[in-house]
Amino acid sequence: MTETTAAPAQLLSAGPAAPGQEAAWEQFTKIALPTRNDERWRFANVKDLDLGAYTQPQAIDEATREELLGRSRGLEKSAGRMVFANDQLMAREVLSESLSQLGVVWLPLEQAMVEHPDLFQQYFMREEAILGGQKFAALHASQVRTGTLLFVPRGVEIDLPIEAFHWLSGDNSSCFPHTLIIAEERAKVTLIDYYESADANAPGLACAVNDLWLGAGANVTYVCAQNWSRQTLAFQINATVVGRDAQARSLFAQLGSRHVRSESVSHLRGPGGRSDMLALTVADSAQEVDARTFQIHEAPNTASDLLYKNSLDDKARTIFSGLIRVDPGAHQTDAYQKVRNLLLSDEAEANSAPGLEIEANDVRCTHGATCGQIEQEELFYLMSRGISKKAAQKLIVFGFLQEVVARLDQPAITAKMADLVHAKFETHR
Amino acid sequence: MPTEELISTSIDIDRTRGDFRYDEKHKFDAGTGLSHDTIDYIVNVKGEPDWIREWRHKALDIFLSKPMPTHWASKDLENIIFQDIRYYLAGGQKPSRSWEDVPDDVKRTFERLGIPEQERKFLAGVEAQFDSEAVYSNIKKAVGEQGVIFMGSTDGLKEHPEIFRKWFGKVIPTGDNKFSALNSAVFSGGSFIYVPPGVKVKHPLQAYFRINAENFGQFERTLIIADEGSEVMYMEGCTAPKFETATLHSAVVELVALKGAKIQYVTVQNWSANVFNLVTKRAVAHEEAEVKWIDCNIGSRLTMKYPGVVLKGRKARGEVISIALANDGQHQDTGAKMIHAADETTSNIVSKSISIGKGRSTYRGLVHIPKHLKGCKNNTECDALLINSTARTDTYPAITVRGTGNSSQHEASVSQISAEQIFYMQQRGLTEAQAMSLSVNGFVNDLVRQFPMEYSVELKRLIDLEMEGSVG
Repeated sequence: MTETTAAPAQLLSAGPAAPGQEAAWEQFTKIALPTRNDERWRFANVKDLDLGAYTQPQAIDEATREELLGRSRGLEKSAGRMVFANDQLMAREVLSESLSQLGVVWLPLEQAMVEHPDLFQQYFMREEAILGGQKFAALHASQVRTGTLLFVPRGVEIDLPIEAFHWLSGDNSSCFPHTLIIAEERAKVTLIDYYESADANAPGLACAVNDLWLGAGANVTYVCAQNWSRQTLAFQINATVVGRDAQARSLFAQLGSRHVRSESVSHLRGPGGRSDMLALTVADSAQEVDARTFQIHEAPNTASDLLYKNSLDDKARTIFSGLIRVDPGAHQTDAYQKVRNLLLSDEAEANSAPGLEIEANDVRCTHGATCGQIEQEELFYLMSRGISKKAAQKLIVFGFLQEVVARLDQPAITAKMADLVHAKFETHR
Repeated sequence: MPTEELISTSIDIDRTRGDFRYDEKHKFDAGTGLSHDTIDYIVNVKGEPDWIREWRHKALDIFLSKPMPTHWASKDLENIIFQDIRYYLAGGQKPSRSWEDVPDDVKRTFERLGIPEQERKFLAGVEAQFDSEAVYSNIKKAVGEQGVIFMGSTDGLKEHPEIFRKWFGKVIPTGDNKFSALNSAVFSGGSFIYVPPGVKVKHPLQAYFRINAENFGQFERTLIIADEGSEVMYMEGCTAPKFETATLHSAVVELVALKGAKIQYVTVQNWSANVFNLVTKRAVAHEEAEVKWIDCNIGSRLTMKYPGVVLKGRKARGEVISIALANDGQHQDTGAKMIHAADETTSNIVSKSISIGKGRSTYRGLVHIPKHLKGCKNNTECDALLINSTARTDTYPAITVRGTGNSSQHEASVSQISAEQIFYMQQRGLTEAQAMSLSVNGFVNDLVRQFPMEYSVELKRLIDLEMEGSVG
């Protein structure tokens, strides 16, 4: 992986980031941009996907480095922290002993690639992007320079969450955050990714991939707090592979970006596995949040529970297109999918397409999608208690989103997410 | 016998009931295949005016230029060989008004189907389509006196062009989809109904459609206009004989409910399992009008049908009640579309499907509530019941809501018959098949009750019939 030069190349003419990534680059250039007629991009504003303006990740000077390290504030207590800016490692701190336990691997991706080629071989981008984002997955694979690899060996439980900060800095810079979590049998870990921009108004491109692999009985919680600048075009491609009796829980908080496309797939591959897929969106101005999900029940006795909540203000658009698939033979599947949209303005638009494809009969599969607005009665009640209309609205929206973060069952993270949501409210109007 | 086998044999519909045919003498046969010549032939035989000729030619061009919608729909569509299908076939008989005028062999066919005579008293008029043209049409004196027009669409466009042309092709434009274009090119048969202002048609108007020639596609075109404050219910049911090669049925049904009018359109579709049934149905509801589609799909190989309502006037209401039953080799791809285009419009969709054996049922829905509308509401419920482990069900709704004045809710569930229920009933002395039958009937009961009386009886009988085989 090469050093970033002073004058970064335009992304589209840059070629692969390093030797070994040529095939991905070729694939990226071969796949056409999505069109309106592609069902997997239905409702999406595909005209907004032009990558022509962006450069390869720009270099970070010392002053910026210091500033960003100072701004990388996460939880009060964490097991460890890595900070990246424009795909360059700024800091790596091991804060808790549990992270240095025997066999735990927690390394920047490029170092892990050298030191643990076997893990890399077995798990790095092994699940194809199947929800329409192949082109962007290929772009990521051709451009990825660093990221986090976390390997937790069997039986090891890391109590405190691990944090990774990914900063995007400079006008039209790009970055390609990568997170790979491998939890062996009965391993337990929580990881939080924070996606932030140095300048809240700088245009940029972020194209992230995060994959979670859960062995038998493993327990993984993954949180992604997306708060790129308001001018960022962002992609997130996630695959979660759940083994026997394992429990995966993921939460995507969508706060920033001009246009974010999030694809999340849960493969319930071992009997007894469970995946909780959570997301909250606070969208305003002209933000577009496009979420595609897929709950694939490949084995019997598996459970999945999806809850996506969107609050939309101004001219914001959200898209939720999710599918539950129950393969033949995946009996005793218990799948749930719920998307709720709260519309706060007359210009906001919520699109929901919750889907089911069921090929086994001994199942319980339900989905629901609602669109609504703040009840005037609730608003009136709060206002009659002396709360201003604006504050009352925020309270109600916050209460609406609270259900999602509360599902994490980790009060410290729930509180952190609440802070981020409040901070977003503050920047609005 | 393993339970699953037992069940799948028990639920197999007795299709032999509609499986018969008599030789027909087709005076007018356009042969197989589709070209501009076919269209000229149809127009000449039917003696249609020139504007229809142009309309048909244009539609054919649109049909040929449009790709198959297989990027979202079933690949099974590719198995339709358009050049092997007959596009026009008529008995050469004028639609006759009195029962006595109907040829004997045609009468026999209808008797096997158990259509009119005893029902005649109850039904206001019978428009029976035997192949392409209406052979028999009878409107009770009373209905005629009220000024209601009820005739074949071919006669409608000739005799009442002033009403027909105003609405024809306005609800469903030719280019709406590939199959509406096909229908526009080769349509024949179907009904034309006009209900004058304030007239409430007490009895349902009914038409039976049948396909009765191998490889013969049926392309009926129905247009119903309910003028201000009027009410009408239209019923359409079909059975078809079995043939070895696939046949195509592609109807277009347009409904116009003017201010305060109410239209109910009831369909019981029971084509034989080799028919492609690709139907476009849509209504426009003006101010305070109500349109209700009651749709039951039991037969066919592949049905694609999504009745829609464009809610154009304030306080208009649209409803789709849908029951689908998919058995081995069948794919019921049905659903609903609700396009809200005015304030305070409401829509309701309730869909229940049952998949048996290797059957597949799909719900596909579209709800659109654009911005700046106030007080629009949509409610959608889809429930699917899977009888065997090989059955399949899909749900693909798409909901777009803009603005703060509106709300929508969608819910869907998939389940199997509760083992506890079956156990309970067996413990009370019912056989497993009887228990299954009761349970399935219970699943659809709340919808079946919304059908007109004779249809709900027919439907219950059908479900019972499917279960019957397993008794003993």
